[in-house]
Amino acid sequence: MTPELVGGLESPDYASHDEAAHEAYKPVFTDAAKAELDELLTRYPTKMAALLPALWIVQRERGWVSDDGMAEVAELLELTPAYVKGVVTFYTMYHQHPVGKYFIQVCTTSPCGICGAEDVVKAFLRHTNTGELGITSPDGRFTVIEVECLGACGFATPVMINEEFIESVTPDRVPDLLTRLA
Amino acid sequence: MGFPHQSHQRETTVLTKYFGDADARTLAGWRKRGGYRALDKALEMEPADIVNIVKESGLRGRGGAGFPTGLKWSFMKPGDGKPHYLCCNADESEPGTFKDRELMRWTPHALVEGCAIAAYAIGAETAYIYIRGEFTEPLYWMEKAVKEAYAAGLIGKKAMGSGKRIDVYVHKGAGAYICGEETALMESLEGRRGNPRIKPPFPAVSGVFGMPTTINNVETLIAAAPILLNGADWYKKMSLSNPKSTGTKLYSVCGNIQRPGTYEVVMGFPFKEFLYDLCGGPLHGRKFKAVIPGGASVPIQSMEEAEATLMDYEGFVAQGSMLGSGGVIVIDDAQPMVTVIARIARFFAHESCAQCTQCREGTAWTTKILERIRDGEGTMEDLDTLLDIAEQMTGKTICVLSDSCGVPVVSGIKKFRGEFEALIQGRRFHPVTAAVA
Repeated sequence: MTPELVGGLESPDYASHDEAAHEAYKPVFTDAAKAELDELLTRYPTKMAALLPALWIVQRERGWVSDDGMAEVAELLELTPAYVKGVVTFYTMYHQHPVGKYFIQVCTTSPCGICGAEDVVKAFLRHTNTGELGITSPDGRFTVIEVECLGACGFATPVMINEEFIESVTPDRVPDLLTRLA
Repeated sequence: MGFPHQSHQRETTVLTKYFGDADARTLAGWRKRGGYRALDKALEMEPADIVNIVKESGLRGRGGAGFPTGLKWSFMKPGDGKPHYLCCNADESEPGTFKDRELMRWTPHALVEGCAIAAYAIGAETAYIYIRGEFTEPLYWMEKAVKEAYAAGLIGKKAMGSGKRIDVYVHKGAGAYICGEETALMESLEGRRGNPRIKPPFPAVSGVFGMPTTINNVETLIAAAPILLNGADWYKKMSLSNPKSTGTKLYSVCGNIQRPGTYEVVMGFPFKEFLYDLCGGPLHGRKFKAVIPGGASVPIQSMEEAEATLMDYEGFVAQGSMLGSGGVIVIDDAQPMVTVIARIARFFAHESCAQCTQCREGTAWTTKILERIRDGEGTMEDLDTLLDIAEQMTGKTICVLSDSCGVPVVSGIKKFRGEFEALIQGRRFHPVTAAVA
């Protein structure tokens, strides 16, 4: 595509990109997921209150929450996509872009920090071949991030790999934990 | 009960008795251990009588503020024609605190029962248990327990066949420390960004969905059942120091200590014996240097202060800190204090919801300056700047996250100034000399 000049700036090809992504989007809330949302709606006096649970369903089904996912939720709950995005961006657990097959969160807040959490982070970065926090490994399998207090300080260092919560992780346990995921 | 270690003989295990006992997690197992007897009893009482017993017991909020629970419940006016709500604050995110996690993953039915009792007492038909999203294991057990309780008719349209409707729902958070602040939790529950609300109106007047709401911590709600069964006097008698602090309290202990875990002791227990005897003292060859006794938001105690503390609401205040959430972070002489404090500040900067300027800017600048000092690039003027920022951040914002960031900075500079100055003057941190200084 030949870049067009808009207001003197080179226009990136966002439009075509978005269109392709949009065409590929299949709604999350059909059949079982729709029934699940309908049940959730009975729990609250407002539709809006089902927003966090609905976004969890999107993430469970798709691995992350895309703009299209937000738009779908917005329509179902009678909200605007902008509002939904405002909520999504507030919370750290919704992925706003695709992440590795195994999303690894290592707690490094003070209580874990004084028990050697930094070394656990380093071990994960090395053994997953990600090298850097927040970057997905070339094989698409791992993303490692530091997370603020996982609330298991007596079991330093706690690590979450997707939904699994692992206590008392030390650097030497890291290779085994990763092998198990194969 | 010292979980994951053996229970210590000096503990008083009321709420933690069944930690590690997998059978207690199931409905059948919980009933075998006397579960749901308190709810049964409650449903035959007048709600006002339940509130009075809890008032008389002296139970105070276990989430951090220590507000008298019975009094809070009494703010809910019966017969006002509005739906009432109960929120259970299970967004346990205060660094150093993990007692509610243990309560929920080992005794999930205790919380379902506690919620049902409290809901009935305050005239609510709906209770929401707001659990932080990272707590996958507590979420699993709580959802299972709620399901079992519904299936057995213990909660639902006719709770225990009483004709009272008590619905209990588990609501999963999505990663935000601030949602542990009661009004932010309600905003989040309504499907909004977790920005705390200006008070007043207080939740009892206008809480979740704009309706009268009571919000209690997990431990507080679970304590209600044994109080109903054993009476207010039984609970009130569990007090070794100040009569305003009654019952047992859970402490989650972490950091540089022999036996980290969740302990339960009677209010007023000597902190020195707690740290050295129950928790086993410092790691081999190390010495304790400081303690943060109530989660990262409370002032740091020197060992002198900690060892003189009697563990209750007043006792911690008398020794320069607060009971807070009972999250005891123990720091030994191998840890540079500036690094510890800088990391706490970074936590608050990350978790600020950013609606108040003092907090948004203050937490970020505090972190920047502390990290600069930590890296040996600070100046003496920085210490004054830090104290000035802390002052400007205190008491000026919608919620207390901002104040909380200033607390470790002010107490840290006051009690461990030597370590800050040493770094500024280009002296490397040396664990042993620092411990002596």
